[in-house]
Amino acid sequence: MTTPTLEVRNLRTHFFTRAGVVKAVDDVSFTIASGRVLGLVGESGSGKTVTGFSIIGLVDPPGRIAGGAILYQGQDLAKLPEREMRALRGNRIAMIFQDPMMTLNPVLRIDTQMIEAVQAHAKVSHAEARTRARDALGMVGIPSPDERLQAYPHQFSGGMRQRVAIAIALLHHPDLLIADEPTTALDVTIQAQILAEVQKLAVNYGTALIWITHDLSVIAGLADEIAVMYAGRIVETGAADAVLDRPVHPYTHGLIGSVPSRNRRGEKLRQIPGTTPSLLRLPPGCAFRTRCPRADAACEQEPLPSQPVPERTVRCFHPLVAVAA
Amino acid sequence: MTTWLIRRLIQALFVVLAMSVIVFIGVHVIGNPVDILISPEADQAERARIIAALGLDQPLWKQYLLFVNDALHGNLGRSFVFNEPALLLIAQRMPATMELAVTAVLMSILFGIPLGLYAGLYPEGAVARTIMAGSILGFSLPTFWVGLMLIMVFAVQLGWLPSTGRGTTAELFGIQWSFLTLDGLRHLVLPALNLSLFNISLVLRLTRAGVRETLPMDFVKFARAKGLTPARVIFVHVLKNIMIPVVTVVGLELGSTIAFAVVTESVFAWPGMGKLIIDSINVLDRPVIVAYLMMIVLLFVTINLVVDLLYTVLDPRVRLEAKG
Repeated sequence: MTTPTLEVRNLRTHFFTRAGVVKAVDDVSFTIASGRVLGLVGESGSGKTVTGFSIIGLVDPPGRIAGGAILYQGQDLAKLPEREMRALRGNRIAMIFQDPMMTLNPVLRIDTQMIEAVQAHAKVSHAEARTRARDALGMVGIPSPDERLQAYPHQFSGGMRQRVAIAIALLHHPDLLIADEPTTALDVTIQAQILAEVQKLAVNYGTALIWITHDLSVIAGLADEIAVMYAGRIVETGAADAVLDRPVHPYTHGLIGSVPSRNRRGEKLRQIPGTTPSLLRLPPGCAFRTRCPRADAACEQEPLPSQPVPERTVRCFHPLVAVAA
Repeated sequence: MTTWLIRRLIQALFVVLAMSVIVFIGVHVIGNPVDILISPEADQAERARIIAALGLDQPLWKQYLLFVNDALHGNLGRSFVFNEPALLLIAQRMPATMELAVTAVLMSILFGIPLGLYAGLYPEGAVARTIMAGSILGFSLPTFWVGLMLIMVFAVQLGWLPSTGRGTTAELFGIQWSFLTLDGLRHLVLPALNLSLFNISLVLRLTRAGVRETLPMDFVKFARAKGLTPARVIFVHVLKNIMIPVVTVVGLELGSTIAFAVVTESVFAWPGMGKLIIDSINVLDRPVIVAYLMMIVLLFVTINLVVDLLYTVLDPRVRLEAKG
């Protein structure tokens, strides 16, 4: 097997606040190969976004990476000096954010923001950088890119702004693209277009894609693999179809059950009882046990990753294997 | 844009007109110059002659109409005391005040923005805390006292800098300027610093607040995610976003700095407009007071207009046609 594009090993990103240590990301491991799509799923506050920021090295104080390794083509990003990290950022590893209304600087023209991104990593003339920016805009489906380069962000719709952000992220054909809920703020038709666009581009350049979302319906058609996060930990990983069809962790099961479906029309929508626990006061043992229908005394211990079924890693003492079988 | 400009100019005209009425009435309320100007020994006929010569025998509304008529012909009246056109008197003193005020505002930008930027970027550091504490002193200490202290320390005890006057001046465009000679510059330092201390603090705090507000924004993080250098992120992405409030305040403060240079000019015996207006108020030299206040009104109106125009340069989202 070749080296994966990215291997995250036991990553811990903690925020050292006055109220205590918030373990936003606690012992997270996954790998992603070139051209593959990993769906990172979880509720708000489960640590998915912080995981993304940890990889690209943009965790702001009081947060910092407290342990583990982020191996990009065998090189540990967590130990890389800032200068070398900056050379990778936006170049080999890129990120797009959730809210396209906020990601572009409102007082700078699109060409300024794109040309600076080109010139940050490529020693090219201003004119050449402009040409590349224009081509990138055309590629993400922005009509008359030459004129649009002159525009300011507020002259674009949300969907168009997200396309610009994607164009910027893909300027240097990165090896890894982290997409942090990039379609959440957009309406459904635009969502589908953006999804298709990113998927196409990722395939064309062999870019590995981490798609962070809380929306299972988005991930279903897109991801090759899924990692489900809960309270800073990955509770279940496996092939996308398998996880969605036969969830093994009770949390994944609950999550999928809480999506409205045609087959259960008229029934009360199932939901996971309780709320996500505060990361400041996590119960010892399995973080999900207070909301889990299967929890018992054993769950007060820390569940370690296990493989109850092939090709699936789960952190649970009572996986839903019998039900699935 | 043109419609907007015309509308703004009409508004400005009304402001100037309203101000002229207020000033004219106000000046007539504070006292009668006749009592000060005419020697007590003068007999009744002499008094009547002088009052008529000054135009003070007319009713107030007639005096005002005369004033407006003259003003439209570029004549703001003759000084009772110097018997010279009021406008000329002010114009002679204006370069000194302008020089002082512009230097003070430049200093507030030169010191205020970098210090505020630093305090915003490293808010927890001891240096940043010192800067912020200092800025509180900067705008709470009274100007005249700070002026006296500056003279005490730098002129009297250390003897580094002169404390009064403009020093040697050099001519440029037919006007005498202090900043063109080394001696003049030495004379300029203390009064300009005194005048700018308040503005430095203001600009500093504004810049710091802007930086604190802008840094957590997504577009800053996105700029970093593009792999830009920290210098580019701060000086282009952050700084350009916080320039709007800074430009507003600096613009408006330029007006007040000119208008309220009075105190500093008195302390440092700087021969500017401020000193002239104080002297004129003391002897109730009405034409000079009125002319001075009208000049200041025009100045504020012009500065406001320029600030609005600068907005469009700084923030593309501001469209001047859209509003009234």
